[in-house]
Amino acid sequence: MRRETQRLILLLLPAGIFFTGFFLIPMADLFMIGGSGKTGWAAYAAILTDRNYFNSLISTLAVAAATTVATLIISGISGVFLQRHKFPGNAALVAMLTFPLAFPGVVIGFMVIMLAGRQGLIGQITQAVTGEKVVFAYSMAGLFMGYVYFSVPRTILTVMAAAEKLDPKLEEAARSLGASPLRVVRDVIIPGLKPAFISAGAICFATAVGAFGTAFTLATRINVLPMVIYTEFTLSANIAMAAALSFVLGAVTWIVLALARTAAGSTVAAAG
Amino acid sequence: MKNRWLFTLQLGFTLIVCAFLIVPVILSILAGLTVNYLVGLESGLTLRWVFEVWDGYRDTIFLSIGLSLACLAVTLVIGIPTAYVLAKRQTALGRVIEEMLVMPVAVPGLATALALIVTYGSLSGFRTSWAFILVGHVLFTLPFMVRSVLAVLSAIDLKTLEEGAASLGAGFIDRFRHIVLPNCRAGILAGSLMVVTLSMGEFNMTWLLHTPFTKTLPVGLADAYASLRLEIGSAYTLVFFLMIVPLLLALQAFAQPRLKKFVAEDDAT
Amino acid sequence: MNKPLSITLENCAKTFTDGTRALEPLNLSIREGETIVFLGPSGCGKTTTLRIIAGLEEPDAGGKVLFDGEDVTTLPIEKRNVGMVFQSYALFPNMSVAENIGYGLKIRRESQAALRTRVSEMLGMMRIEALADRRIDQLSGGQRQRVALARALAVRPRALLLDEPLTALDAKLRDTLRLEIDTLLRRLNITAIYVTHDQSEAMALGDRIVVMEHGRVAQIGSPRDIYQKPATRFVADFIGTMNRLNGAVRNGVFTCRAGDMPWATAPADASEILFRPEDIQVTESAEGSTLRGTVAAAFYLGDRTRLFVEVGEKQPLVVESAARRDFSHGETVGLAIDPRGVLIL
Repeated sequence: MRRETQRLILLLLPAGIFFTGFFLIPMADLFMIGGSGKTGWAAYAAILTDRNYFNSLISTLAVAAATTVATLIISGISGVFLQRHKFPGNAALVAMLTFPLAFPGVVIGFMVIMLAGRQGLIGQITQAVTGEKVVFAYSMAGLFMGYVYFSVPRTILTVMAAAEKLDPKLEEAARSLGASPLRVVRDVIIPGLKPAFISAGAICFATAVGAFGTAFTLATRINVLPMVIYTEFTLSANIAMAAALSFVLGAVTWIVLALARTAAGSTVAAAG
Repeated sequence: MKNRWLFTLQLGFTLIVCAFLIVPVILSILAGLTVNYLVGLESGLTLRWVFEVWDGYRDTIFLSIGLSLACLAVTLVIGIPTAYVLAKRQTALGRVIEEMLVMPVAVPGLATALALIVTYGSLSGFRTSWAFILVGHVLFTLPFMVRSVLAVLSAIDLKTLEEGAASLGAGFIDRFRHIVLPNCRAGILAGSLMVVTLSMGEFNMTWLLHTPFTKTLPVGLADAYASLRLEIGSAYTLVFFLMIVPLLLALQAFAQPRLKKFVAEDDAT
Repeated sequence: MNKPLSITLENCAKTFTDGTRALEPLNLSIREGETIVFLGPSGCGKTTTLRIIAGLEEPDAGGKVLFDGEDVTTLPIEKRNVGMVFQSYALFPNMSVAENIGYGLKIRRESQAALRTRVSEMLGMMRIEALADRRIDQLSGGQRQRVALARALAVRPRALLLDEPLTALDAKLRDTLRLEIDTLLRRLNITAIYVTHDQSEAMALGDRIVVMEHGRVAQIGSPRDIYQKPATRFVADFIGTMNRLNGAVRNGVFTCRAGDMPWATAPADASEILFRPEDIQVTESAEGSTLRGTVAAAFYLGDRTRLFVEVGEKQPLVVESAARRDFSHGETVGLAIDPRGVLIL
């Protein structure tokens, strides 16, 4: 009824005003400013045409892709395992695995330093065993480790939720038809988890592309896009270029997520 | 037996993953309480570093607590009505609105922060106040509140419950107070914990939005990691853990099933 | 109780925003204290009609709802003072049974004492005193139904509206509650509007039944009228079981594929006759009968046997026999139709 519609619009108004004023308008501004620098609208192409930016784009995408693959494998194995086998201590394991869920990127950077930094555990162990100290926290490898650390807890939760919804009867049916355990995994479990894998993977990828805190803690030299944007903005005061790059970065992550959702959605529909 | 063997293998793997996640936490806690981490535990345990953090960074802790509570208040006031509207009108337009609200989570915080700076940076009173950071945090946490409440509201038959109350004479305000709010309490609770936890740890935006007078806890952490000795960084991290762990435990205790569902749904974005 | 309400619908139609016409223009007067049942298959417009009476939907422009002659068309449900029982009961999960029943009184700001008295009165009336402090999710379906009724009646509504209140229950419970509701409505002398797709519920409860089809009223009448004198083929088929035979009348005899049926008062142009299972019998012997068929299926029901008899029509005839004998598949039986039960539509 009309009165109800008016009421709903009124209720939506506070969030609408806030969101328009503090997100939509600023984003539009950012887009305009991106085109207002020395190079004009060409700034938006710079990410492809400028050799330095292009290199950081490639390394950003590479580390994000590696993170996604590693996280999905790790979380897939552990998540399905923990969902399927209820043994004493299971709950404690789940609690520990999801404990770092709320760590901000900076803290995760620090965790990487504790493991692989100059005074880190891996350095101490390798020095004791081989006499040579292995330190990789302040490089791409450290960043990769940090992103995996960040992504595993939430991906495990997603996989467990999806595995819970898998109908065990499907597996029983496959086994009754003579499928070996490996075939069951290949033909039933992985297809069943595919939507969860696609969407969780997309989240991994998008956060690894856009995250800033971990790289910031580890080293300002790591050549990934968020660091480049930060440097352009603070050190070079090249606000237009920073705006253009971050707008492109935002668009890329948003598109990745939107594509993944469409893919996951259609898979669900096909399976249903 | 083959199955036994497979089980052990998977368990071993999971334990290694667990160690990867937990060992650095333990190391960091120890480092924060050790006199000299390089020497090791033999150098003795101390609370000296924790006190030093308290002296130097107390303000960041209070600012973060204040910010997260203010953020909670705002997301409650504007998020619950939004979730209610989206639950009532599950139309294409509703989904578009929900989609847009999630954008600040999908778009890197750096970009959102830059956008806020280019638009409002010249309003110096606003730029230098903590309200500037609050705006960023609300943008980032609002979708979590909305979706958490929306998930609960969509699970109950909201329309019929409201019609039932209306048939007994309840107007909109009564229905909202007596029926809608009590029945989405679980979602509000889960959403609130999520909002406070996320606001407490937000760094990507806050690093660009903060000023020397508005440093939050994660900003202070980044400072300490970059410029101070490992023990102080660790002690500071310990303080952060102490603040975040109760929230996390609460979240795991009575929002776990929903959290799982929530993460799963969130991943669909 | 207040004086019972009369309700008038004038020209009430409903078109939804997507353009579907849920209800064609409807005119109807519901008398004081009457129980009227809207009956029809899903999508026939019966629930829409109820929701228009309740105030949950507004009729299209030009439609009017009158309560005791007063126009309430634009009055929302919370101001109409009608009690409503929903198919899913709509009990508030955040309140106990007693709080649910007392909610309407709380909204009306009645005193605590009055509220408590009324709630225990309702609990007593529905015989659910023991459940007062239970949570809703601790109740069985039948108990929920009673709470929903108690809650709707607690506010002394001007009319009681029931939307498929028994559909969610199993068959046995449905019978029990149907009887209870019937007793209750007669005792309270309240105007009641009852929506159902179940014809036996409609027959048992309704003073009058409104049979609906595709948003239109197919027939309004007492249960007896509806059953014995259906106005259309739809009504005839929807209420109870109807048999059909195609044939022609010649010299007071109706002839069809199954044989001949003597019928002195037959109209000359009857080409299809309809009759209920109770108006056809299996005769003692097949040889002596002019109408015959073969048994396609026989279901022994205890007190009788339900037979499906093949007579060369599209549908086999449904015949019920109280005879204490077995019927076997393929057996030829003789049939006799009572001409008094024959309808031509």
